[in-house]
Amino acid sequence: MDLHDLTPAYALHALDDEERTRYEQHLPRCERCRDELAVLTESAAALAWAVEAPPPPARLRARLLETVAAERETVVPLRGRRPWQAIAAIAACVAIGLGVWAGTLSSRLGHERSHNHVLAIVADPASRKLPLQGHTGLVAVSPGGEGVLVVENLAAAPAGRTYEAWVIPRGGAPIPAGTFGGGDETTTVRLREHVPRGATVAATVELAGGVDAPTEKPLFSARA
Amino acid sequence: MASGNEGWHVRDSRHELAHLSDEALVALAARSEQTALAELYDRYGRPAYGLALRIVRDETLAEDAVQDAFVTVWRTAQRFVPEKGKASTWILTLVHRRAVDVVRREQRRRTDSLDAAPEQPGEGGADEEAWLRLQRERVQGALRQLPDQQREALELAYYGGYTQSELAARLGQPLGTIKSRMFIGLARLRELLGETATETRWTSTT
Repeated sequence: MDLHDLTPAYALHALDDEERTRYEQHLPRCERCRDELAVLTESAAALAWAVEAPPPPARLRARLLETVAAERETVVPLRGRRPWQAIAAIAACVAIGLGVWAGTLSSRLGHERSHNHVLAIVADPASRKLPLQGHTGLVAVSPGGEGVLVVENLAAAPAGRTYEAWVIPRGGAPIPAGTFGGGDETTTVRLREHVPRGATVAATVELAGGVDAPTEKPLFSARA
Repeated sequence: MASGNEGWHVRDSRHELAHLSDEALVALAARSEQTALAELYDRYGRPAYGLALRIVRDETLAEDAVQDAFVTVWRTAQRFVPEKGKASTWILTLVHRRAVDVVRREQRRRTDSLDAAPEQPGEGGADEEAWLRLQRERVQGALRQLPDQQREALELAYYGGYTQSELAARLGQPLGTIKSRMFIGLARLRELLGETATETRWTSTT
């Protein structure tokens, strides 16, 4: 039997158990079949949308989420794992690293009102991640230009002072983008200003309450 | 820590996560974010249930197939690799596989025409209804453009749960003929649906 020939039937789940097993053993060794299968599976899945059917009963959603909630309680969280180690993993594997880090971050952001929005920007694979120069951290910029500044182990701002973020468009003047106090293991700041391509995001220490233009050199920055 | 009741405010979850891609939601589900799984269900639970019901022809069995598939999504989200394919394809493929397994076990296969099940309005509002109808019409339209024999092979396999050998026997054709009908049918379907066919991204209903 030519195993390559089984790809369309596999995509349609139209193999018997024995054929299916043989094909699945073959698959890791055959790049051509993997590529072809990815394409044909996509076509096959489109057929799902052609069905005319009533909506599922509400109890199905409730039952699913109940099951999932029960399983979640048995999951051991990644205790002690530093988010920054997880960020390092992003370089090796963007999707999985982000998932890990986003998850870790989410547990740290539980009290923040904008939690979900910050998390959404950080977790979205489509957003750009820019490493900070001068401190450990990054700036995540959504395709729409919304920015989130994430800083690790930033000491609390001195009494009477605050950290202030700036968005500096290429060739332009710094625009105030929000103040923050630091002092947390992970500081996240949702930038008030959009971050265009080519702009720099930076932070300085300023008088409490913030100022309209930076008065000292940036502590750290990232180029978008 | 997590109580069984936390975080299940449907509209909130949709509102907060609506602009995330399916793939980002899977990444969050991999980190045990339940609201991400809820959002994936809100996006794909309806076509998933419709597909399962079409195949197994029994509401309870269809619910079981969808439940199993989404629990599999939850448990194996960490292994999902976005580069290999879209999350929606992955989810619907899991549902399809479950339903086919069930129908073979139950010997329930039917081959009624596609529009046998009556349409009923869902709870998702007019936007969702219109979007689902659009998707359905596009894929049905593409199916109608296939030569009869190719469409028949795809429909019997995909909705009927028949194996390729059973199809060959049922249609009185050599196995090789069935294989090539399925292959050409799927390839042609891809062309007909074009690049946008697989763009089934949700748009916010807010």
